[in-house]
Amino acid sequence: MEQNQPLRFFNRGPSPAVRLIFFALLSLLLLFVDVRYRYLESIRSGLSVLVYPLQRLVTAPSNLWYEVDAFFVSHNSLIRDNAELRNQHALDAAQLLQLEVLKAENQHLRNLLMVQQRADYPMQLAEIMYVERDIFNRKILLDKGTQANVLAGQIVMDDSGIVGQVTRVYPWMSEVTLITDKDHAVPVQVLRNGLRAVVFGSGDTGELALRYMPISSDIQNGDVLVTSGIDGTYPPGLPVAKVIRVERDPAYPFARILCAPIAGVDKQRQLLILSVLLKLPERPEVVVEAATGKPKNGRRGNR
Amino acid sequence: MRDHIQKDQEFQLPVSRSFIAASLLVALMLDWLPWQGVWLVFRPDFVALVVLYWCTHKPYHVGISIAWTVGILADVADASLFGQHALAYSVLAFSGIVLHRRVLMFNLRQQTLQIFPLLLLAYAIYAAVHWQLRGNISWEYFIGSVVTALLWAPLTILLQALRRPRAASDQL
Repeated sequence: MEQNQPLRFFNRGPSPAVRLIFFALLSLLLLFVDVRYRYLESIRSGLSVLVYPLQRLVTAPSNLWYEVDAFFVSHNSLIRDNAELRNQHALDAAQLLQLEVLKAENQHLRNLLMVQQRADYPMQLAEIMYVERDIFNRKILLDKGTQANVLAGQIVMDDSGIVGQVTRVYPWMSEVTLITDKDHAVPVQVLRNGLRAVVFGSGDTGELALRYMPISSDIQNGDVLVTSGIDGTYPPGLPVAKVIRVERDPAYPFARILCAPIAGVDKQRQLLILSVLLKLPERPEVVVEAATGKPKNGRRGNR
Repeated sequence: MRDHIQKDQEFQLPVSRSFIAASLLVALMLDWLPWQGVWLVFRPDFVALVVLYWCTHKPYHVGISIAWTVGILADVADASLFGQHALAYSVLAFSGIVLHRRVLMFNLRQQTLQIFPLLLLAYAIYAAVHWQLRGNISWEYFIGSVVTALLWAPLTILLQALRRPRAASDQL
């Protein structure tokens, strides 16, 4: 081990310190490349193919447990659930009829107004394979990937609201960043008055923060926030969160507003992936003259 | 008699490369179990523990290169940044190799106290990298290092027991 030993009978290669420095530098280089650039994604997805069968194997026991659990659901609860679901279905069907009428009417009106049509979003069901075991990241892995035409940027929701966004796609699985992930932003609108805002994840399950809202802004407890669709990523009108606390302290420029996600971000096993990426028209390019540093008004060009 | 064997012949226990590989694989799979909620906070890092075990007990078989490779696999499975686990495990393996004579001098209970700072260092490196690059840190993460250290004694006993039958059959 020690460097100052006079005799070394066996050649063990470079000393541990040298090896450590080599591998530490290699790790730091990889970290740097991974953070700054996107070169490593193909290596990552290649290795994930290697790792995928093992991950499936590991999650098999818990899946089996869920299946056995589901098998032994008692007769009574099945009957009760069935009756409840039938009631719910009857109610929903009636509302759906109204919705159809409203939809047709809305389409008609939008036609008259020459506004862009709102599309229906085809969706596919995916199951959570794997919850991130890293305590820092709020991410989940779903069991659909490029083989099922999942693309990065697609939206993931459950039956009540938005859960997150697909951020990385592998051949057989996709990685979803939850809306509660630290600094994950969703552009929203207050359903009650149409106020636009951006809701941020706090890194804590079950808590979102509405930042940069002036103290005078019209937000109350219990307000429902829906996606505004202005960013071109999230389709408009999907419920995101509900305001649970508003603190207006005049010492700070912004109000402190906490929200709780409406979707069961941590609860569901089956989730829906919306299969359509919105296509907004390209934003007209603004000529930025950074070299001069002087803002020149009236010289915005789309040449 | 038995405890004599356990104490004296520990360093002579043979080990095959396939056994080392299998133990590392099992540790990786234990780490990939679907840990959730409260359990996630208390989740021990089995890979770190097994890497540290082999680095202290067989420092010439398992070195920093193997620790680094395992770390890369852990990074892929976790979707953490490339090199985050690898860096932490490399430092852990280095400290295990440098201190292996010292750690093995003690009995299991004292060993736990000896390896706890090493694990804490590895956890701190992981958290520090995350803090530098992503800007947030969660202190519950360090609870995992305590649980991991507590598992050192059971894991050592288990792996020694798995390695012993071959030695016994050689002697007969």
